[in-house]
Amino acid sequence: MNINFTLIAQAIAFAVLIWFTVKFVWPPLLKAIEARQKEIADGLAAAADGRSALEVAAKKSEVTLTEAKQKASEIIAQAEKRGTQIIEEAKGNAKVEGDRIIAGAKAEIDQEVNRAKEGLRAQVATLAIAGAEKILRKEIDAKAHSELLAKLAAEL
Amino acid sequence: MATEHADIVQHAEQALTPSGYIEHHLSFNAHPISEGAGFWTLHVDTFVMSVALGLLVMGLVWMVARKATAGVPGKGQAFVELVFGFIDDQVKNIFHGNRHSFIAPTALTVFLWVFAMNSMDFLPVDWVAGIVSFFGGEHAKWRAVPTSDINTTFALALSVWILMIFFAIKVKGLGGFIHELFCAPFGAKVWVWPANFLFNMIEYVSKPLSHSLRLFGNMYAGEVIFLLLGLWAATGVTGTIAGAILGAGWSIFHILIVALQAFIFMMLTVVYLAMAHESH
Repeated sequence: MNINFTLIAQAIAFAVLIWFTVKFVWPPLLKAIEARQKEIADGLAAAADGRSALEVAAKKSEVTLTEAKQKASEIIAQAEKRGTQIIEEAKGNAKVEGDRIIAGAKAEIDQEVNRAKEGLRAQVATLAIAGAEKILRKEIDAKAHSELLAKLAAEL
Repeated sequence: MATEHADIVQHAEQALTPSGYIEHHLSFNAHPISEGAGFWTLHVDTFVMSVALGLLVMGLVWMVARKATAGVPGKGQAFVELVFGFIDDQVKNIFHGNRHSFIAPTALTVFLWVFAMNSMDFLPVDWVAGIVSFFGGEHAKWRAVPTSDINTTFALALSVWILMIFFAIKVKGLGGFIHELFCAPFGAKVWVWPANFLFNMIEYVSKPLSHSLRLFGNMYAGEVIFLLLGLWAATGVTGTIAGAILGAGWSIFHILIVALQAFIFMMLTVVYLAMAHESH
């Protein structure tokens, strides 16, 4: 149980071991562990950020979807309206066109009728003159009475 | 354990008395380092074992620490980090300053070193004696457990005691330290100064004593019990077997004591150093 120089030697050994641990053992371990802790904390924070971002995105997409649906129905309604409008327009145009064609046809018919009448008139006048010539033989000078005859023909 | 008996029988054949056997195993390999010996004696066994173990455990931890990665740790690193986290948690609960600069590494050193030194108790005493007598002659002595040498435990406790006073003075200043010697714990009134001073003196004396003697007593007693069980082998085959079985049982129980005493020694170190930082 004697205390001797061993005590001093052991104390020196202890001091050296403490110095060694303080200097070389503890710091790298602490550094590695703290770095890993930070990494894990960052990872967890990133995960939380990702979750909230996902929530925001989901909400946004829902809003966008409703907007799109609304817009689509609007467009469809507009298209239907436009469709009926086009049909109405087409109907109106067709009617106008038809009327125009009918009017044109009527005018043409009138013209034809008039022309036929003119022709007939001219022929009747010729026939009347020829008849009258035959009746009057040479009494009537064609030159002298052509004006009168034309007037007569116009009156027919 | 069971193989111990060969040596013991050999000892018995050399006509050793039980007290001679125990005395042989409890003697240090003492070398005088100057004329006249006395205080100037070195227990070579204690010193060599403790330094070798200190270098071994701290060296192993250092090998892991210098390659420590912040990524996925290997098995070695995971184990070292387990010990690191355990010590760090204990220190964190007791000491509330910057523990990483000194106190926590010190706690790690104390725990691992004392644990390694205590563990030498598991070496069969007569194997050690056999190896040593093979190299150094039959009267060569070698005690394998440095912590059952009171020089070791006193050295550790006194180092902690010096650190304690150093930190007390560093934190509170020399004036604050002396002020506390006289004005704590009973108050600053002049008439309680003697009581305070006496109280503090008792505390300062009892701290290193209880700190070192607790570890020393446990390890010394453990060693003596191993020796007594080993002694049984001298009575014949039945005694050898009984001694081996009981020795194995005591070894298993001793695992607890080894770890617990290392832990207690470490905790007291931290508590004393933390107390030195606190002002009253």
